[in-house]
Amino acid sequence: MTRLLAPAGSKVLFLGNEAIARGALEAGVSVATAYPGTPSSEVIESLAPAASKRNLYVEWSVNEKVALEVAAAASFAGLRSMAVMKQNGVNVASDFLLHLTASGTRGGLVLVSCEDPGALSSVNEGESRYFAGMLEMPLLEPADFQEAKDMTKWAFELSEAIGNVVMLRSVTRMSHASGNVVCGTLPAKARKAAFEYGGPIMDSQTGPMISTPVVAKHLLRRQKLKAVCALFEKSPFNRYTGPARPDLLLITASACWLYAAEAVHMLGLQKKVGILKLGTTWPLPPRLVSQYLRKARRILIVEEVMAFLEENVKVLAAGNPKLSEDKTFFGKYDGTLPFAGELNPDIVADALVKIFNIRRCGLSSSYQEEARKTAAMLPPREQTFCAGCPHRASFWSIHNAIALDGRGGFVCGDIGCYSMAALTPANGFGTMPTLHSMGSGTGLASGFARLAPFGFKKPVLTVCGDSTFYHAVIPALINARHNRADITFIVLDNQGTAMTGFQPHPGNEMNALRESVPAVDIAAVCRAIGAKVAVCDPFDLSATGSVLTDFLAEKDSLKVLILRQACALSPEKKGKKTFEMKVDESLCLGDACGCNRLCTRIFRCPALVWDRKKKKAAVDEVVCAGCGVCASICPRKAILKSQAASAAASGG
Amino acid sequence: MKTKRLSVTKNLVLTGVGGQGNVMASRALAGMLVDAGYVVTIGETFGMSQRGGSVMSHLRISPDAVRSPQIPRGGADVIVALEPLEALRVLTVYGNPEVSLLSNSRSIDPIGVITGERDYPSEETIRIAFARLTARYWLFDATAVGLDLGNPVLSNVVMLGALAGTGLLPIDRRMFAKEIRKTGSPGKCALNMKAFDAGFSMIK
Repeated sequence: MTRLLAPAGSKVLFLGNEAIARGALEAGVSVATAYPGTPSSEVIESLAPAASKRNLYVEWSVNEKVALEVAAAASFAGLRSMAVMKQNGVNVASDFLLHLTASGTRGGLVLVSCEDPGALSSVNEGESRYFAGMLEMPLLEPADFQEAKDMTKWAFELSEAIGNVVMLRSVTRMSHASGNVVCGTLPAKARKAAFEYGGPIMDSQTGPMISTPVVAKHLLRRQKLKAVCALFEKSPFNRYTGPARPDLLLITASACWLYAAEAVHMLGLQKKVGILKLGTTWPLPPRLVSQYLRKARRILIVEEVMAFLEENVKVLAAGNPKLSEDKTFFGKYDGTLPFAGELNPDIVADALVKIFNIRRCGLSSSYQEEARKTAAMLPPREQTFCAGCPHRASFWSIHNAIALDGRGGFVCGDIGCYSMAALTPANGFGTMPTLHSMGSGTGLASGFARLAPFGFKKPVLTVCGDSTFYHAVIPALINARHNRADITFIVLDNQGTAMTGFQPHPGNEMNALRESVPAVDIAAVCRAIGAKVAVCDPFDLSATGSVLTDFLAEKDSLKVLILRQACALSPEKKGKKTFEMKVDESLCLGDACGCNRLCTRIFRCPALVWDRKKKKAAVDEVVCAGCGVCASICPRKAILKSQAASAAASGG
Repeated sequence: MKTKRLSVTKNLVLTGVGGQGNVMASRALAGMLVDAGYVVTIGETFGMSQRGGSVMSHLRISPDAVRSPQIPRGGADVIVALEPLEALRVLTVYGNPEVSLLSNSRSIDPIGVITGERDYPSEETIRIAFARLTARYWLFDATAVGLDLGNPVLSNVVMLGALAGTGLLPIDRRMFAKEIRKTGSPGKCALNMKAFDAGFSMIK
């Protein structure tokens, strides 16, 4: 039995995302949708195995906008539903969201945004809290694991009470952290779906679901906010701990509450600092916040990344001279805390040290000096493609084809593990100079390819992953074809949404519920658009190289190369070697070769190492995944591959 | 060895290189401690950070309350490292004169070392740094034990066995057996128990 269905009263160690999933189950959610993205993916991953037992429909949607649309349909039919995404997914969904918050909803609809301050697994640290203010939807932010569960459950009730979307915002340190959660009861009966639309236009429960008349519906949404504020004033998710008259009032939310509590404790400031932890962060409950603002003259607002909370507290204070007179606000605008990156207990403690002008007891200077000296000699561990990763082989061929072509071609990048080709340029052999949002590589390539009249003659290539192809690339590809953009588009098809944990996508024959579903073939889509399409195994360097060289030379057409090879970490491949690799020391000439350590200096596979004693290349058997590609790159043919015993036994 | 019940929060950092089973080890350890009645907070990151990079899990083991998922600098009580360079990296941020360290001795070269741009510290340098920056440390080849048992990734369980052997945390063989049965197949459970026992016996 999945842990997510633990009986009421049991104490379970849940990932923040599992706590959110459990909260949704306790609310009686019927439909849950998402597009995978770190740190959000585990919400749906943990719900999927519980689906059949809880009469739940779970879907990995093609992108976040469609995920929200699918969830909204369920809400319109009176069911409780949720759509889950990472921070930039909210941008993808935002056009629909703008209209959805105007039409209103029926069954409780919760939008979960799991954000990544500090961009630990992202190429942005985008904020979606501003969407809450901009689109006037209530925002909830859990500060621990129990609250993640309880708040999610309540979010559905709130959404239903006001007839609009509720946003629940988590962060990496909540979604991907784990803690004890006491489970509540799972409801007995699921609802039946019914969609009524014959009622009056202004009646969101029986009328048509549309955003017009715009001004009237907007005013209605404003009115709903009053009901929200009234509920927020009494919410148990807002709590104050500390003295009755603190020297400093610290206002915070989300995981920052845990950092703040730790920092206050570390510095022994419990008698001076009061902490107002807010769980309902937009709209702010005015009476509650005012009540605490009156208690202190100095106020510190602790939050990640932008100053959303600080701005809203200041707007509230500015409306009442009694709340703003003689007050000093510390936060991001005065430089006490940074406007970028994630926080931690040390950063909050340093801010308190500055405000109170105190010293922080710590390690002896001799220990700190020893630690500093040791840290200075440590080689960093750069992110790199895994041993056996198809992307390394793909970029090797892309680089060589561009070099052979000789016109200075380059690759417009996209979002996936292959982004590492841009993040650490040596991983992509220096071929990939752009990286933005999902699908934007193809759009940029389409634009670069039309710059010829302005003297731009370089061949333009672009890459995307298989899941990204469906998510956002297709419109850009149609644009390229229709507008005669001469580009070489490469699909790095590793057979699943690999970076986030192998969630299925529309190219797979199985969905989140493990049902058999029709796969949408990338090659067929590209051919239908009018592209010339080839499919290769990227581990076959010679075949891949020859197709790429031909494609680059061919003018005035849209060319698509699908490089298909499963991810080295995929469940079907992980831990299984196709080949046993070794370096024949009699053939490897080491530094005397003239290849200038092509294998270890340029190819950069974590398993192909340099033996400092022997001054020759060597294979680290513990790290090697047995893909066999390195055997093709050694000019001396000193890297040998033989069929691995496990591969031979299972027929390879 | 059975350790008595903790009365204050213990902070443990588990570190290694992506793919070494860091997350599995932290979950198993936390699972045992939650069953024993502790409030455990694990802070970790996964996703792209796994791809050949350093990985780290912070475990806060408290008798009563949820703690920050990030340990303050200099705040580790115990560090368990699946790779020695990562042991040093964590030690220089979270170490203090009282910290205990268990480290696997098998190195995994970072790309900068493979390309020849950087040097991997020698075993002697590593030992000197461990001696200066810890109160006590254990350094042994857990990967070799894993390889003997048929899979190098078992080094994570070997390290958990060793951790139990030190008595630094209130965990034992029976608790691990119960935890591993929740997730693994019977065959895998037996193999994991062998790895745990081998690790336990590494601690003299």
